[in-house]
Amino acid sequence: MSFPWAEQYKPQNPLMQWLDSRLPLPRFVFNAVGAGYPVPRNLNYFWNFGVLSGAALAIQIITGIILAMHYAANGGVAFDSVEHIMRDVNSGWLIRYGHANGASMFFIVVYLHIFRGLFYGSYKAPREMVWLLGLVIFLLMMATAFMGYVLPWGQMSFWGAKVITGLFGAIPLVGEPIQTWLLGGFAPDNAALNRFFSLHYLLPFVIAGVIILHIWALHIPGSSNPTGVEVKTEQDTVPFHPYYTAKDGFGLGVFLIVFAILLFFAPNFLGHPDNYIPANPMSTPAHIVPEWYFWPFYAILRAFTVDFLFIPAKLLGVMAMFASILLLFLLPWLDTSPVRSGHYRPLFRQFFWVLIVDVLILGYCGGAPAAEPYVMISQLAAAYYFAHFLIILPIVSKIEKPAPLPASITDAVLSKQAN
Amino acid sequence: MATLEQSAENAGINEAGVRRRDFINIAAVSFAGVGAGTALIPLVNQMNPSADVLAMASIEVDISAIQPGQAIKTMWRKQPMFIRNLTAAEIAAAEKVDVATLRDPQTLEERTKEGKRNWLITKGVCTHLGCVPLGAGEGEVKGEFGGYFCPCHGSYYDTAARIRKGPAPKNLEVPEYSFTSDTVVQIG
Repeated sequence: MSFPWAEQYKPQNPLMQWLDSRLPLPRFVFNAVGAGYPVPRNLNYFWNFGVLSGAALAIQIITGIILAMHYAANGGVAFDSVEHIMRDVNSGWLIRYGHANGASMFFIVVYLHIFRGLFYGSYKAPREMVWLLGLVIFLLMMATAFMGYVLPWGQMSFWGAKVITGLFGAIPLVGEPIQTWLLGGFAPDNAALNRFFSLHYLLPFVIAGVIILHIWALHIPGSSNPTGVEVKTEQDTVPFHPYYTAKDGFGLGVFLIVFAILLFFAPNFLGHPDNYIPANPMSTPAHIVPEWYFWPFYAILRAFTVDFLFIPAKLLGVMAMFASILLLFLLPWLDTSPVRSGHYRPLFRQFFWVLIVDVLILGYCGGAPAAEPYVMISQLAAAYYFAHFLIILPIVSKIEKPAPLPASITDAVLSKQAN
Repeated sequence: MATLEQSAENAGINEAGVRRRDFINIAAVSFAGVGAGTALIPLVNQMNPSADVLAMASIEVDISAIQPGQAIKTMWRKQPMFIRNLTAAEIAAAEKVDVATLRDPQTLEERTKEGKRNWLITKGVCTHLGCVPLGAGEGEVKGEFGGYFCPCHGSYYDTAARIRKGPAPKNLEVPEYSFTSDTVVQIG
């Protein structure tokens, strides 16, 4: 679907006309990211992060396919094959560092993309499906990132694999058999490494597929915008190309500069030195933490230290960690305010920033050692996280008096210019 | 007039009718193209032999135990190498051939080192489609020209490992090598 004033694809070249009547792929591109897709005229730079996420996925797939040409998924040689990539393969260091830091860049832009959605209420009707599919992509990304981190078969890889599959061991009765089944053994070994490699190669393509659904679902109502007011007339929109291709192109340039700084000047800044020690099932590193993008969830996992009623602390932590993400699937129905954008929701806005600080605190605690005061802080922050979505948000939606909305996107833009 | 001039200035249109925006557009897209092209170089180059493969690219072989009439097979760059100690009769047979009649004209002199005429060192890879010819091992068929015979498609090589009959286009390749002493040869 598109707005009735969308530009039509009219190929002039006879070859393109011939192609259009047989395989209308250029028409598809024109309508998806070309002049045929009208987009609100007031999008700010926060609307860059969808395209940047796509670019990050492309970088991961390209570098990943190349790494798979040189990597060997066998417990005996996996670590050495990664060192072989670093030392022997032409530009191997660049490709591996690009892949490792590309994962971090991917999560940075995806978190900003989610942040945008949370602030501007992009998850609300009629875009719930866009939000839900986005969360599916996020879950797939986390699984992919975790399995990828296991592949170098260093100490953090090995113990990461052990701890994360241990999460499933918390399930009552069937937990241990499930963990054994996941690993194909009693501890991470060849079987686990091989299946993780296989799935790590597969899942990015699944992600790419879900992204197509995500964009498809987005293009039914069209993009949201910073005012949260729906598009009403042709005046409210501009064609995606050249307006947003240029804006996204600029954002891509900035993204690549940041990526290059990380890649060329601090390639190990976000990694752990312990992962340069080969996997040793007989000794756990003193301080094991996941990669930074898992820290907030890791803090929630560790926040549960005592059994509650008949539920063991281990199970509580695992349930809370999964719940903290699954909760987001309910968000479109927890936030009942008809106003989308945080700009026009004074009370929501305050609590929104508290939530952001809360998640940052959780992230900090997740990266810190499992000792006081971090455990106590994690517990409070985790409690607040759930309270925000389950208690504060529904109440705020009820009692808040939103600021007056502009009559249209064009009105908002023009009044801003007049000021 | 004044307003017209001003608006033309704002749009950045110069005398030739080129807009400022056109220039920026072309410059930006060209720069991005150069960047993408540059990024392609390592992505393509990574498929070339890696440092560990190149490190094994030259070997030393002790040839002191090879008697006249004998040959050994060794491995160089993951391919078989034939090192053959020619007998006087084999040398004579190779030198008797009229080079002009050959498919790949080369003399035995050109295919061996000065003063080491009896040491024929070639790749054991048929120049037709890459099989390993027979004739280096004890008791293997040497073919009707007494050198090597490739059983895959029937190429016959003579005692200087030159192609004499069959589909192969070239003589067996002589690698770059040198004698580091009377009994040690370095290949590659």
